[in-house]
Parts: sequence; structure tokens; C-alpha cells
Amino acid sequence: MGWLEGRFEEYVAVATLEQGIAWARESSMWPMTFGLACCAIEMMAVGGPRYDIDRFGAGAFRASPRQADLMIVAGTVNYKMASRVRRLYNQMPDPKFVIAMGACTCGGGPYYKYGYNVVKGVDLVVPVDVYVPGCPPRPEALLEGLMRIQDKVRGMRYLTKGQNIEIPIPARTGYVQLPPEFEDADPTKALEKQIAWAKLTKEKATPTKA
Amino acid sequence: MTGAEIIATLEAECSTKIKSTKADAIDPFVFVEPGDLVAVATVLRDHAKLKFEMLNCISGVDYLELDPKKIAKAGFEPHVEVVYHFSSFTHKHRFVVKVSLPRWKDNKPGELPEVPTLSPLFPAADWHEREAFDLVGVNFVGHPDLCRILLADDWVGHPLRKDYEFPLEYHGIRGR
Repeated sequence: MGWLEGRFEEYVAVATLEQGIAWARESSMWPMTFGLACCAIEMMAVGGPRYDIDRFGAGAFRASPRQADLMIVAGTVNYKMASRVRRLYNQMPDPKFVIAMGACTCGGGPYYKYGYNVVKGVDLVVPVDVYVPGCPPRPEALLEGLMRIQDKVRGMRYLTKGQNIEIPIPARTGYVQLPPEFEDADPTKALEKQIAWAKLTKEKATPTKA
Repeated sequence: MTGAEIIATLEAECSTKIKSTKADAIDPFVFVEPGDLVAVATVLRDHAKLKFEMLNCISGVDYLELDPKKIAKAGFEPHVEVVYHFSSFTHKHRFVVKVSLPRWKDNKPGELPEVPTLSPLFPAADWHEREAFDLVGVNFVGHPDLCRILLADDWVGHPLRKDYEFPLEYHGIRGR
């Protein structure tokens, strides 16, 4: 149960109202159906059963910005599109969050130099909470980005008077555990094992001359 | 029909309207004057032996060498070409018609070169001509609705021109 684990006395649940609201909010982060380019394919994979964004409560892709909390800008934004992105962002109810998914939305990506019609980063159009780099990012990376949004929601303390804004502490990560044969108590030795394995697979993949 | 046969048929029909031909290219083509384009396209579409029912695409090409060292070796004068690809379902053959235009009408920068539209003959030409107008900057005279198809309506310039310069700012969004 993630962050709820081990929090409760027997038969008694204690939480502040803020924690309850944040818990409800982070566990039902509804993204907007909003794919602009190839990153949208990867976003669809995240919605599918293999990566399954529904595990994090963010699987309800809404067709209307008025029902959405999260905007995943997945793909190249061009100047013609920029005003529409801005308008969709303005139509979302507060509190709203934005993930910039992919190299294009982070800073122009491959279109940075010669793309005459590409916005050099969607942060020039809407405020961005989390950047997910990659071209396109792996589905795991987008899930990690969603987790960072959830950390941010968990850190919100807007009911309490005079609270400073906390820097959110990551509660969990998308870190993939290595298989046991690569693990070692000594981290340098573990790294050596991994490098040796990577070299071996690369040698195996080298085409032999016929 | 082969390219040489198509060219021969076309020359028998309207030899005065054809400027030059090339039959040994991979895609055999003829050059025509802008004023004769509609007449040649009508022959291509309606002649019983040709029957080019389909206009596959219209491309705009900007011939301009910007590097002063390479101008001598470039092998062309600065100009704009419009390339029409036709194909026939009836006879299963293809053909190319090219039109050569100045880069700017009357050599005044900003005045777009003009070529007559083919959209009354081939409805497919409508959007292709809008695209060529949008990106290369060719004015298709007589087009029913010649406005930009890809870029924003208030865009300045035609990006696929070789001497195009990026906008540094568009509606408050910086360009680089």
C-alpha cells in the first residue's frame, strides 16, 4: 500500500485532513487525453496493461480538460499548436499539473536548430512541473514522472497557516532491481560484473562476416 | 506506355506548347511554360491514349545556391520549379510535368511567382497547391482558396525557400 504501510495503530487510523486530501488527490490523478506526436504512442503504452498507469490511479484519461488534473504534453508543440495548448491549460481546474514528456517538449529536441515552426520547449507556453527527457521516453520514465508529480501533491500543505513550501521527498522510484547475479556487497565489484555482462552481450551481437 | 511514347503522343497533340523533353530519366518529364500548363494537363487527362486521371502530387523546388564558392559548380541559375506527378489507372503508366519559374515575380523580392491552378481539372490539386504555396511560396492563380494549409495563418515567409530566415519570436514565444 505504499506510503500508508505501517502508519496505523491497530484498529485506529490517524491522519491530518491535509494528508487525507493529498492522498485522495495523488491517487486519482486524471490525465488529459492529449497526444501530439510520437510520444503519444509511448503514453498509450503506459495506459496499456503492460506498464499500466492505473496502478498509480492515473489511468482515467479524460477527453475534456475540465475533468483533468494532469496534462501530459506528449510530443512536439509547434507555434500553431501553442495557443491551443495554452487554452487547454487555462481550461483545467486548479490544482493542475503539467508533465513535459519527451525531448521536444523539454527544449525543442531534434528540432532545436532547424525547426522553424517548433516551440523550443513547452515551458515557454505553460508552466511545467516535471520534465521527462527521452526521444521518446520509456514508459517507465513516464511512470517515474508521474511519481514525482505525486510527491509534489503529497508535499502540498495549503490548509496550514504559515507553512513553508516543502521540497518533496521521493517516496518511491521506478528503479528496476538488478538480477541477483549482478549484485555484490561491494558496489565497484557489482559494477564490474555489469560491465562484463554488457561487453559479452555486445560481442554476441556483433555480426560475423559470412 | 513508356516515357518516350507518352512524349511522342504529347508532341503530336501540342508540340508548340512543350519547351523541352527528357525521355531517358527514371521519371520521364517535359518542361512547359506556365501559360501552357492547363492546356497540356487537359491533354494528359482527356487524350484516349494517355488518360492520366490522377494527380499524385505537386512539389515545389527552390534552386538556389547560397554558398558563394559553390555557385560556379552548381549548374543551375536560381529559379523555382513546380513538379507535377501524374498517373493513369486505365493504362497503368506515369508521367511528370515540370514548370520553371523565376524565384520572384519580376525579380521583386516578396512578389510570389505565378502559375495557373490545376484544381478545376484535378480536385486533388487543391490542397497540394496550398501546401506548395505555404512552404515554397508559389502563387497559384485562380485557386479557389489559396491560404496556408500547415503553418499558422499569420506566418511570415515561406520556410522551404533556401534563403528563408527563422522568426526569432512568434506571439511572445521566443524562437531560439
